[in-house]
Amino acid sequence: MKKQQTGQPMNRVDGRLKVTGGAKYFADHQPADMQYAALVCSTISCGAIASINTTKALRAPGVADIVSHLNAPPVPGYKKTNPGDKNGLQIFRDNRIYSNGQPVAIVVANTMERAVYAASLVEVQYNQETHYTNMEASMDKAFQNNRMKDYSRGEINAWQKAPVTHSAQYTIPLEVHNPMELAGIIAHWTSPDTLTLYAKTQGVKSVQETIQELFEIPEQNITVHSRFVGGAFGMALRVWPLEIATILAAKKIRKPVKLVITREQMFTLVGYRPNSSQTISMGATADGKLTGITHEAVAITSPYEDFTEGIVAMTKFMYDCPNVNTRYQLVPLNMSTPIWMRGPGEATGSFALESAIDELSYKLKIDPLQLRILNHADTDPERNLPFSSKYLKEAYQIGAEKIGWSSRNPAPRSMQENGMLAGYGMSSGTFGAYRGKATVSAILKADGTLTLQSAAADIGPGTATAMVQIAADVTGISPDKITFMLGESSFPYAPEQGGSATVSTVGSAVSDVCHTLLKELANLAISQVPAFKQTTPEQIIYEDGQLITADRQTKITHEALLQQQKLPEVKVTATSQGGEERKKYSMYSFSVHFAKVHVHPTTGVVRIQHIVSVADAGAIVNTKTARSQMIGGVVGGIGMALTEEAILDHRFGRFVNNNYADYHVPVNADTPPTDVYFVNKKDPYINPMGSKGLGEIALIGFAAAVSNAVFHATGIRVRDLPITPDKLLHITSTENTNT
Amino acid sequence: MNPFSYVRPNSLKAAIDAMARDHSARFIAGGTNLLDLMKNGVTLPEKLIDINQLPLREIRQDGNTLHIGALVLNSNLAAHELVKTQHPLLSEALLAGASQQLRNMATVGGNMMQRTRCSYFYDTSMPCNKRQPNSGCGAIGGINRMHAIFGASDNCIAVHPSDMCVALAALDATVLVAGPKGERRIPFTDFHRLPGNTPQLDNNLAKNELITAVEIPTHPFTKHICYLKVRDRASYAFALVSVAVAMDISDNVIRNIRIAMGGVAHKPWRLPDAEKALTGKAPTSDNFRLAANIAIQGAKTYAHNGFKKDLAFNSIQTALLKAATA
Ligand SMILES: Cc1cc2nc3c(=O)[nH]c(=O)nc-3n(C[C@H](O)[C@H](O)[C@H](O)COP(=O)(O)OP(=O)(O)OC[C@H]3O[C@@H](n4cnc5c(N)ncnc54)[C@H](O)[C@@H]3O)c2cc1C
Ligand code: SF4
Repeated sequence: MKKQQTGQPMNRVDGRLKVTGGAKYFADHQPADMQYAALVCSTISCGAIASINTTKALRAPGVADIVSHLNAPPVPGYKKTNPGDKNGLQIFRDNRIYSNGQPVAIVVANTMERAVYAASLVEVQYNQETHYTNMEASMDKAFQNNRMKDYSRGEINAWQKAPVTHSAQYTIPLEVHNPMELAGIIAHWTSPDTLTLYAKTQGVKSVQETIQELFEIPEQNITVHSRFVGGAFGMALRVWPLEIATILAAKKIRKPVKLVITREQMFTLVGYRPNSSQTISMGATADGKLTGITHEAVAITSPYEDFTEGIVAMTKFMYDCPNVNTRYQLVPLNMSTPIWMRGPGEATGSFALESAIDELSYKLKIDPLQLRILNHADTDPERNLPFSSKYLKEAYQIGAEKIGWSSRNPAPRSMQENGMLAGYGMSSGTFGAYRGKATVSAILKADGTLTLQSAAADIGPGTATAMVQIAADVTGISPDKITFMLGESSFPYAPEQGGSATVSTVGSAVSDVCHTLLKELANLAISQVPAFKQTTPEQIIYEDGQLITADRQTKITHEALLQQQKLPEVKVTATSQGGEERKKYSMYSFSVHFAKVHVHPTTGVVRIQHIVSVADAGAIVNTKTARSQMIGGVVGGIGMALTEEAILDHRFGRFVNNNYADYHVPVNADTPPTDVYFVNKKDPYINPMGSKGLGEIALIGFAAAVSNAVFHATGIRVRDLPITPDKLLHITSTENTNT
Repeated sequence: MNPFSYVRPNSLKAAIDAMARDHSARFIAGGTNLLDLMKNGVTLPEKLIDINQLPLREIRQDGNTLHIGALVLNSNLAAHELVKTQHPLLSEALLAGASQQLRNMATVGGNMMQRTRCSYFYDTSMPCNKRQPNSGCGAIGGINRMHAIFGASDNCIAVHPSDMCVALAALDATVLVAGPKGERRIPFTDFHRLPGNTPQLDNNLAKNELITAVEIPTHPFTKHICYLKVRDRASYAFALVSVAVAMDISDNVIRNIRIAMGGVAHKPWRLPDAEKALTGKAPTSDNFRLAANIAIQGAKTYAHNGFKKDLAFNSIQTALLKAATA
């Protein structure tokens, strides 16, 4: 019998390339005569450019050109009326400044150092206007976007009538993706209407589409390469002004131009998780049955685009509650546009919802895990549909057992270990399990190797590895003979890598194209090989790169089959997407996080001791890379819970901690042993593999688990992330000052 | 970064001469701070004088003092046998600083000379009296969670970010410097300055002087020591507050004690009054609380760093208790 490849902890197919430096990231490419760019960025937050003096900069050594709104080549696709449209801020269109850090010019020179130096010599004068960057102070500007209307079922604000209620405000600061690899691009116009790009992107096809719309050149004239991406977490889900600026500079000087932005610029040029404020109010009967939830959220956006995400989504269906109403508003500020950051929206919303459930559980004197089980939604209460699969209860059970939930003393501030306050907390998370449309081509060569191609992306989860496993299972070809190629716009269409949908979307297309290929081979064998004459494609056994008759009497290898027919290769292409099943079922992945924390009683320092995260993500294609995904999400969650906060000085609208030293992503020492478990049961409807998404749920809900554990340890409820030592201090110090 | 020239003298005299000839020149050792300052346009030297060829890498015992060359790397110093056995406080403080990679590059002299991490100081488009005298202090009316609670002025409320220096201040070290006029010795606690009206000056080293070594006298502080660093993440973060404690206890009496704090002032902050209050006393929680109370007298806080006073109060007690029971 053939060994099943999916579900195995297969090593990454590109692991060796990555650890030996063989993987080429966008900035590693070196077209002939390449020039280097540096950005000059606004130091004001609102107003207009009065003048740009480039005299000194142009005289600096090696400088080729300086491009700004004064001399940029026209962008035909810029909409005439709106400063931003669906393709974002129209960079270099005019002299308006909408946010601090907005690029005002791009300097091109023959070395990077020279470009950076010359950029420091560009003198920009501004006419400054009043800016707004403080959400709390700008609530009068709050408005609702049409995509995110008020939602209600049952009675509005029913929670107020409940015997036991809880209502509180939760705030999350602005967070920045900060992948290790900096953003940038290499742009090369090989003719006036032919453009080659080496990009850092989560979707080569969407880059191609945006460029096509903006520059109005044929799709086939735009080539986008992006085979390796050094992390993105959502920041590379669109084309940003920095990329358009580089493309314009390359157009003007007619040479390839490379831009890699600075860490500081990562805070203002490639989006962020918007800071938000949420009020959750909920009511329950004395025995813990939820009767009403009201969830109101406000988050920031830019002056020129309405960025929305699923902040209030989870509240609508997570619990079996008859009365739920939500409202989601935006406050436009003098900031660049946010973008989805891992677990987008739901990560924000789940902190409020899952903290609130925890708070309610103490009021009810019901175990927080028990309260969740008590209100478990067996069917989707928002859409009134069954779930395609939901093993949340099993996940709760696994997590509780592995963390030792039963040893928890329910009373807050009741447990101590080695002089530290100890606490246990838990939470749950969920994210839509999607399946989009993708096309994959399969080329079987006469040497028996199979190459699959699709314009998918890999920002690190191990896309190619999973695809090879899926293809191996369908075709019976050994994984070492299969190559999955991605990150080229010339490959068949695949959507961006986002929303935890790549395995589902591209994996389904891989599965389909492999079935198509087998059928093609079968037909070849049936028509050309005498022993197969009497069989049908369905009867043939496909194993170890061979076609075998049902009676197992005759075998022919793929190599022999192709060679016999003098075929150098067989190529097939298949497009795949979901069908009616999405209308019949609600499809979601679920996660459960348990955390055990220690809090230092006098300094307020929190140290997470142990984490157990359990995912209900359908069938797991690769248990090794999936585990890594979960751990990565958990580390992001630790940052959200304990350390990450981009801080603005609102007087200037400038960040004061825009570097890796001061913006604290968790380091190894912050990351405790993390145990990951998968329910690992197939979803019967979503796709051929039965796999749901994983990337987002790894993070969604996590911050609440930590915050809930901190409350259990200390009796202090922190509703404003991150939970830094100062927020846990007041109680300890007042205790100590009682002298 | 500005274009600059680069020289690599191999004698002390040549290094000092090179500095005398060029006023915008800077010595460079590990470069872990200077390069960031140059990239951000905070420091724009036209010449770098690389001092890594100078013979300043020795750690040796000279009678009653431990002599540490200015170019000794932070990681080597922390791991050195003489330091670990005689001055474990210094070793602990060093290991609490920065990250392993940075400690592998950072030198003793560079660590002492590192500049504040105040964000306004690093951002040339915001006001800062330290970077540009009379431009105003961005931090006083701005974000000042990391800033000083002791010894600040209306011109500057920055803190000195070093961990190593807190231990050296506690251990009564002496700084050896060389300049055009020869050598001189500066007590460690007089090396760094308070901001006063001249926040642009971090310390009392003259522009053309070079740190050659640090010396620590022999102490009985080998057992009851603690370096407590409270920070926002477990490693690779500057102190919110740090406390260095070294004491000598016999017959349940504190014979001799040193306490210094980091993250609270423009210089490593020795606590002489608290030391006095504990000398000759029993190492009890009550006495520690009294000392902590003395220590936080005169603390002045700003919009975002009010917690530092409470944190200092708690941390001093915690560090004292840890040292006493070590
Ligand atoms: C991200 C980050 C985190 C950090 N975290 C911490 C921390 O937690 N705790 C901590 O204590 N430190 C921390 N540091 C600071 C680090 O300790 C210093 O950068 C380092 O000690 C500087 O030493 P260096 O040899 O690299 O100095 P350089 O960068 O080479 O020089 C710094 C300055 O000292 C001058 N200088 C150097 N040697 C001499 C000399 N012998 N005589 C006169 N002048 C001299 C130079 O001219 C320059 O002005 C951190 C640094 C970074 C970048
Ligand atoms: S505190 Fe000092 S370093 Fe910071 S802005 Fe004020 S003057 Fe500058």
